[in-house]
Amino acid sequence: MTEVVATNETILVVGGGISGMTAALEAAETGKQVVLVEKRPYLGGRVSQLYKYFPKLCFPTCGLEINQRRARMNPNLRVLTMAEVTGIKGDKGNYTATVKLSPRYVNGNCTACGDCEKAVSAEFDDEYNYGLGKRKGAYLPYRMAMPTQYVIDPRLIGTEEADKAKAACKYDAVDLEMQEETLDFPCGAVIWATGWQPYDAAKIQPYGYDRFPNVITSVEFERLADPQGPTGGKLVRPSDGKEAKKVAFIQCAGSRDRNHLLHCSRICCMASLKQCTYVADAWGAEAEVSVYYIDMRAIDRFEDFYAKVRGIEQVKFIKSKPASVVADKEGNPVVHGVDTEGYKRFADTFDLVVLAVGMEPSVDKDSFPVDIVLNREGFIEADPGNGGVFAAGCASDALDVNRAVQHATGAALRAIQVVNGAAGVEG
Amino acid sequence: MAVDKKFAGYLCTGCGIGERLDAKQLTMVATREGKMASCKSHPMLCSAEGVQLIRDDVAAGNATHVMIAACSRRAKMEAFNFTDIAMSRANLREGVIWLRPEGDEHQETTQEMADDYVRMACAEVRFMTVPSGSGEQSLNRNLLVVGNGVTAMASALEAAKAGYGVHLVCDEGVLGGVYKDLYKRVPFRAAPPGVSNARTAPLPQPEEPGIAEMIAEVQANPRISVHLNAKVTKTSGAPGRFSADISTESGGTVTENIGAIVQATDYKPYDAKRLPEFAYGKTPDVVTNFEMEKLAKAANGGPLKRPSDGKEVKAVAFIQCAGQRSEQEGHLPYCSGFCCTESIKQAMYFKAQNPDCDATVLFDDLRTPGAAGEDFYRAGQQAQVTFSKGKASEVVVEGGKLTVKFKDLILNEDTAMECDLVVLATGQVPNTGPDPYAQLAVDEAPTEEEKEAARRALAVAPPSILNLDYRQGTDLPQLKHGFVDSHFICFPYETRRTGIYAAGPVRRPMDMKQAIDDAAGATLKAIQAAENAALGAGAHPRVGDLSYPTFRKEGCTQCKRCTVECPFGAINEDEQKYPQFNEARCRRCGTCMGACPVRVISFENYSIETVGQQIKAVDVPDEFSEKPRLLVLACENDAYPALDMAAQAGGSTISPFARVIPVRCLGSVNLNWITDALNSGYDGIILMGCRRDDDYQCHFVRGSKMAAERLSKVGDTLQQLRLETERVVVYEVAITDVQRVPLLINDMAATVEKIGMSPFKF
Repeated sequence: MTEVVATNETILVVGGGISGMTAALEAAETGKQVVLVEKRPYLGGRVSQLYKYFPKLCFPTCGLEINQRRARMNPNLRVLTMAEVTGIKGDKGNYTATVKLSPRYVNGNCTACGDCEKAVSAEFDDEYNYGLGKRKGAYLPYRMAMPTQYVIDPRLIGTEEADKAKAACKYDAVDLEMQEETLDFPCGAVIWATGWQPYDAAKIQPYGYDRFPNVITSVEFERLADPQGPTGGKLVRPSDGKEAKKVAFIQCAGSRDRNHLLHCSRICCMASLKQCTYVADAWGAEAEVSVYYIDMRAIDRFEDFYAKVRGIEQVKFIKSKPASVVADKEGNPVVHGVDTEGYKRFADTFDLVVLAVGMEPSVDKDSFPVDIVLNREGFIEADPGNGGVFAAGCASDALDVNRAVQHATGAALRAIQVVNGAAGVEG
Repeated sequence: MAVDKKFAGYLCTGCGIGERLDAKQLTMVATREGKMASCKSHPMLCSAEGVQLIRDDVAAGNATHVMIAACSRRAKMEAFNFTDIAMSRANLREGVIWLRPEGDEHQETTQEMADDYVRMACAEVRFMTVPSGSGEQSLNRNLLVVGNGVTAMASALEAAKAGYGVHLVCDEGVLGGVYKDLYKRVPFRAAPPGVSNARTAPLPQPEEPGIAEMIAEVQANPRISVHLNAKVTKTSGAPGRFSADISTESGGTVTENIGAIVQATDYKPYDAKRLPEFAYGKTPDVVTNFEMEKLAKAANGGPLKRPSDGKEVKAVAFIQCAGQRSEQEGHLPYCSGFCCTESIKQAMYFKAQNPDCDATVLFDDLRTPGAAGEDFYRAGQQAQVTFSKGKASEVVVEGGKLTVKFKDLILNEDTAMECDLVVLATGQVPNTGPDPYAQLAVDEAPTEEEKEAARRALAVAPPSILNLDYRQGTDLPQLKHGFVDSHFICFPYETRRTGIYAAGPVRRPMDMKQAIDDAAGATLKAIQAAENAALGAGAHPRVGDLSYPTFRKEGCTQCKRCTVECPFGAINEDEQKYPQFNEARCRRCGTCMGACPVRVISFENYSIETVGQQIKAVDVPDEFSEKPRLLVLACENDAYPALDMAAQAGGSTISPFARVIPVRCLGSVNLNWITDALNSGYDGIILMGCRRDDDYQCHFVRGSKMAAERLSKVGDTLQQLRLETERVVVYEVAITDVQRVPLLINDMAATVEKIGMSPFKF
């Protein structure tokens, strides 16, 4: 059985992406006891799936390396992965959290030697690559995964493949008898950092994401650009592996739209500007990039980056919310619409179309496991009625990484205020 | 602290180490050459049983200094996490067997590689001391918050709520700052659930600003001392023991002891006099967004009148990005991020009072992010504010009429509109002190001419806000456009002055809601700095590190390189011009250690010796052996993990002659290590640090840059030794350079093969 030592001075952090990690680390490094609960088998969340950050074009794994070292070394922090909070009862300063732990089928003995992976042959869609590639049934989710511990896909359990994985392990790390567990433990304050998920692009019917393989989403494009990704960093299109030199970015795909997400996700303009540099870097003078936008929202100091990308000759900007995307005989996507600057119709053919999809909250607003004040888009509003539960990062609004971390750091303080009260420090 | 060092070695034979390498040989190297009193082997050292083996020896008093030969120091960190002992790790798994091909022909050199790593780890741990903290600190639970506005008040309230005391220093007679004349504020929330997506659905409207309530709350809070009409005239010390002189206009000065500091001095409204094209100053009917709030507040829901003749405004134009997002001299190149929603709000003032008033917002890109932002944009549309994509070029005043000339970007034509009042959406100018490196530029300019230029830059610098009594200047260092740190996307509160955190629009332009949230974040960091200083523990990124730099005074030549090069301005000079390290300001990067030409600066757990002795411990075969030695000094956060990951991925191999030593930062690399290595027969040296330009990725800000500057002088050494310059190279390496790092090492191996072995073999 997994044991968690906790009291009503413990801070529970729900979600181990960049916001949850930050909130947990900042609180732990201020001397507080923290339990961090993450649904995936590893920490880092969606940030771990990004190739570069805007506007510096630096690498998210660089900061993750620091954060993971902080997490590994901190005695105040307990991390539970493959864990989900299913309920929180009680009041501010005195909660009981219920957490469901899914079996990993690999215990802490794992040395990440990779022998189990070599032993099995079954392959599944790789979630880390948004299904653009395959992974084995025994796998390390990605190279820097923390904990550095393999996972056996539950679909292997009961098959010969699972037995092969077990037999291959020299360290008795594969435990096929592992069961789902449910834990109850106390905590004084909760930081809710469950983040976001990309809006389902298939719902934007006119853009044909579900019909045309060469219409992909911005998060998928990020995996294509990453040298550790399914194409080894080559910008090639899914249908035929052809080099994607002529690329369209459609902004606000499913955002600022009464039929889809009402809100602006804030990051998509900057993300597309960043991805323009991927195309320009990959193909140089041969690159041809079109960005279709309503408003370019390169807010505050990001304006510098917008200016920099505007300076790239191969990138042009068209003020338009395209009407539709169709495919020609060769499978090339064709973007139709009207350029509102001058009202000119266009039908432009590309190798690849990237839909800049918005962020929607990961947790469905209609089945939120705790009683909390949401807005109509499902983001958590700061409200005294939330008691000792505080949102951090994209659970509160669509935020970029820098703002999410900023927000999460503030959330850590608000949780500390509650447990300091519980500990009698306040007053 | 253990005075008697007990050395114990542990060898893991798991993960293929036992199969690929001669464990007996490694044990012998550890005990005979490495001087470990013992070296125990275990088939899985990271298992509970293996770790217990070490714990038992520690508990029995047989091990104070532990050498673990197993996997990379980045692996199994949780298992090999011992407090109160010194530990080194020989990287035999990722560093040797996973980067070397199997096969008899490789066996000899691969084993020699492993032997060397064991020698190096033994040498390292022999020269380590268990850090014990300085004992200089005690807990000070008072924060100094500097600023007069919403951000500062929010910071003070958040700190007080967590149980900390606050000295709030406000340079005006009343609190409120730039928002004290606010009539209403942009709503903080989006529409609640249940509100439909219909065009007529009720949406959040401009709301009460809440400033007066906030001021009252601050004034009533017993933990907050408000110092009005006051300035910080001197700040000295370090986190946990800052001393701040707070002087009032009346001449009185109080000195307060402070744990940590939040600078929340907000922004100054952009000076619209720089916009003559929009007739600002020519007529009172062209106002800024800040002045517009005063008009609205004065009208208090009644008819909005224009300043020139008191006529009720029937048509108003808002010019967005006025003096912003522009490369023109005197304009702000950035977007202030708050003016779009401010203008929508102000346009709604007119519409609420008189629905027939024409309120037009001329914009290029309307920027209303998030759920609340977009809902507020919709609320403006519901109120029938006109949004027109256009770029204003001029405001013409004729009689009582104003004409705004603009290019209609939709119709792609030049046009004009008439109105009674023009509101310029002007931006935020960060209210920061002088950039400390502008001051240093004066001190250190080599020629009188350059000194003069630097002086001119300084002359227009604003007055100091913090008046830090620091060797490296009085205020927080600046990034671009006058905003202060952080430059790091993952770490927004990293500043180059430990224990001093910027909050709100001094960091980046932001609206009120974000500034309030930002205050909470910066306050947490300040509280954390005070708490960790009390423990003698380091701040980010080496949180909890109890070691700090010390120096051998009798060897110090007072050259000041350490005080100048410290990226964090941590080191002052005492009255005799010796360095004064202020350990709570130190980030433990080791740049001072790298800078010191006479090698007198060291940390207990990281020193000239802990690295220098590793370099010496490597077995250097003679010139005719065809076994060169390549020294790789790699940043532990980026280059070293990249090499680990190359090993993990498989497929990469590196030269068996490379010996890789992780360093905290390339800035900690002392030239003496390089000289010593060359003198003792190394054939090639590769240094791998982080990107160091304006988009620097060095987590110690200037460490990598400092190292590169220092190493640019290594050519002289090479010439003196009559060695080829190709033997020493410096690379910028990122953590993603998984394929590249092995190639860089192999390139050096190829270079050495081409130019031949070093003649300096003993």
